[in-house]
Amino acid sequence: MRSLLLRSLLDGPAVIQPPAAGSEALLELAKALGERARNKLGRSLAIREVDAGSCNGCELEIHALNNPVYDVERFGLKFVASPRHADVLLVTGPVTWNMKEALERTYAATPSPKYVVALGDCAANCGVFAGSYACVGPVSAVIPVDLTIPGCPPAPMTILEGMMALVERAS
Amino acid sequence: MTDAPLALSESLREAVAHDDGFVRVDASGGEWRALARGCAAGLQDFGAIWRDGERVRMMLYDAPAKLRAIVSMALENNAYPSIGQFHAPASRPERALRELQGVTPLDLPDVRNWFDHGAWQQSAPGQIERASKGYTFLPVDGDGLHQIPVGPVHAGIIEPGHFRFTANGETVVRLEERLGYVHKGVEALCTGADIARAARICARISGDSTVAASLAFALAVESALGVEPPFAAQIWRGVMSELERISHHVNDVGAICNDASVVAMQARCTLVREDILQAASVCFGHRLMMDCIAPGGIAFQPAPGAAELIEKLLQRVSEGFEAVVKVYDDMPSLLDRTVTTGIVSQELVNRFAAGGHVGRASGRAFDTRAAFPYAPYREGDVTPCLRKEGDVNARVWVRIEEVRASIALIRSLLSRLQGGPLLAPLPEGRAGEGAAMTEAFRGDFFVQVRIGDDGRIANFHARDASWFQWPLLEAAIEGNIVADFPLCNKSFNCSYSGQDM
Repeated sequence: MRSLLLRSLLDGPAVIQPPAAGSEALLELAKALGERARNKLGRSLAIREVDAGSCNGCELEIHALNNPVYDVERFGLKFVASPRHADVLLVTGPVTWNMKEALERTYAATPSPKYVVALGDCAANCGVFAGSYACVGPVSAVIPVDLTIPGCPPAPMTILEGMMALVERAS
Repeated sequence: MTDAPLALSESLREAVAHDDGFVRVDASGGEWRALARGCAAGLQDFGAIWRDGERVRMMLYDAPAKLRAIVSMALENNAYPSIGQFHAPASRPERALRELQGVTPLDLPDVRNWFDHGAWQQSAPGQIERASKGYTFLPVDGDGLHQIPVGPVHAGIIEPGHFRFTANGETVVRLEERLGYVHKGVEALCTGADIARAARICARISGDSTVAASLAFALAVESALGVEPPFAAQIWRGVMSELERISHHVNDVGAICNDASVVAMQARCTLVREDILQAASVCFGHRLMMDCIAPGGIAFQPAPGAAELIEKLLQRVSEGFEAVVKVYDDMPSLLDRTVTTGIVSQELVNRFAAGGHVGRASGRAFDTRAAFPYAPYREGDVTPCLRKEGDVNARVWVRIEEVRASIALIRSLLSRLQGGPLLAPLPEGRAGEGAAMTEAFRGDFFVQVRIGDDGRIANFHARDASWFQWPLLEAAIEGNIVADFPLCNKSFNCSYSGQDM
């Protein structure tokens, strides 16, 4: 263990250069948020991830955000265990009917001001699952959405661009 | 009426397998029941059950005898004798079949709704009876028991599902799972879809097994249409399958260590995983290699120098991962959490035909690549990595050994690489039926397709390994403390979406 820790120290950081806030995401947020809640949260956002029907591909890439390469906590983005602690709900998947109530209750349990990010093509437009008897629709059909990050699944850099835009605009 | 247990090897003595390796036979009600009793007696493994028109069909296999069969039986008044009445592993699949397809598995002991939580606004296409909203968990009686309901929204970045723990103090006396929260109606979406669309849906049954699922779908379609994918495409398919396996095994080892609070190990493992995903993105155009396999071959042109790039990647992966393994094996406080935690007996993994690391860590020597090799794997390429103990530690070690084996396997695949075409065209307007089983990182993935005269999918069934692993997680946690559940759960790493579809 000591040699592993020593190596981690000597290797230096694995982090990549942060991307600029995504320009399209910034535009979308400018429209969605306007000036509301600016300065209320500081440069820090607590994120509660909700899988509302995903195939788990998006979850894999959200996990990657926490690896030492992307290391989102350095930007003040922290994943939290409870919606009570969250500023942002990061929602994936086409919302299934079986998850609709859980998503609504999670949203209700999140204190205001709160933001909702719909992550991935399914969250944006149901992706390949559009038209299924088991799906309600995109996230916006169930709760209000502030930012959409498309992709199947979106790569961590794409997610990071969107989240950086959120930090810029919301905080 | 009593039907003695019937062995597949006995009933199929004369039968000839189709090109896809599956024998197809029709059974009478008596034979059907006898085969089900044969499953219960351990004479063969139960693999899947689904409806196709007016027939109910099941997939059975007997690995030592190298036998796989799809047994069909005509429905009578939409009913058939349930397998679950004899053989518990069929219970959940039959509950799903019952509600989604409107068939009655006669004498099925448990007829509670599974996917239909009473929230749908419209029925599934074959559904007859809609479920009500309530759900009755199995009763637990005893002094000093309390229940802990968990989910569907969990505390981490995890898929949704509900766990109902009954505990006595810190000790779990029963866990009951309720799943189906991410049911997306995959089979109905695939039915009537063209092959390209069905392939995209199949690639998204469980995102973490996208390569294995796409490969199973492609193999099934290819055998249905009589198409042989080009050799180079077969090699690349194997390389992607093994990269997918390594990326998840490494990640799981890190996540298990993280659940035992050794965060540095997870950091190291996620670095290795990220390295693999970035290489996949460069070589194949997608980090998770989603939609990279297409029926007929592969859907991309590998980047120039991809083979060399992967060779260098394997060197880094091996070094990075072995450093982690050395620490894992040398850290008593970590082993204290994993050794003897969450034990699953060999008897149970055999009965449930649990695939992947769950089965192999408890002594079930089954790996699809070894038992029923499919291109590009050849007889003898893969030897199942086995442990006997059945605890979290054993599941970690199966993964470790499989990472090592997969690295060697990719090197051997790349040494066979030749130039040439990568995608064979699919004939138009040809009907057919095919099935395939591939080894995903978590176990066997089965796909069955029937293609109609119009070239569209007339019938589709897929079965993720999770179906037969989830029930064993309930057994693994019994008698363990609540705080060890994350470790047990992570050591299984079942797919919610793969089961829910």
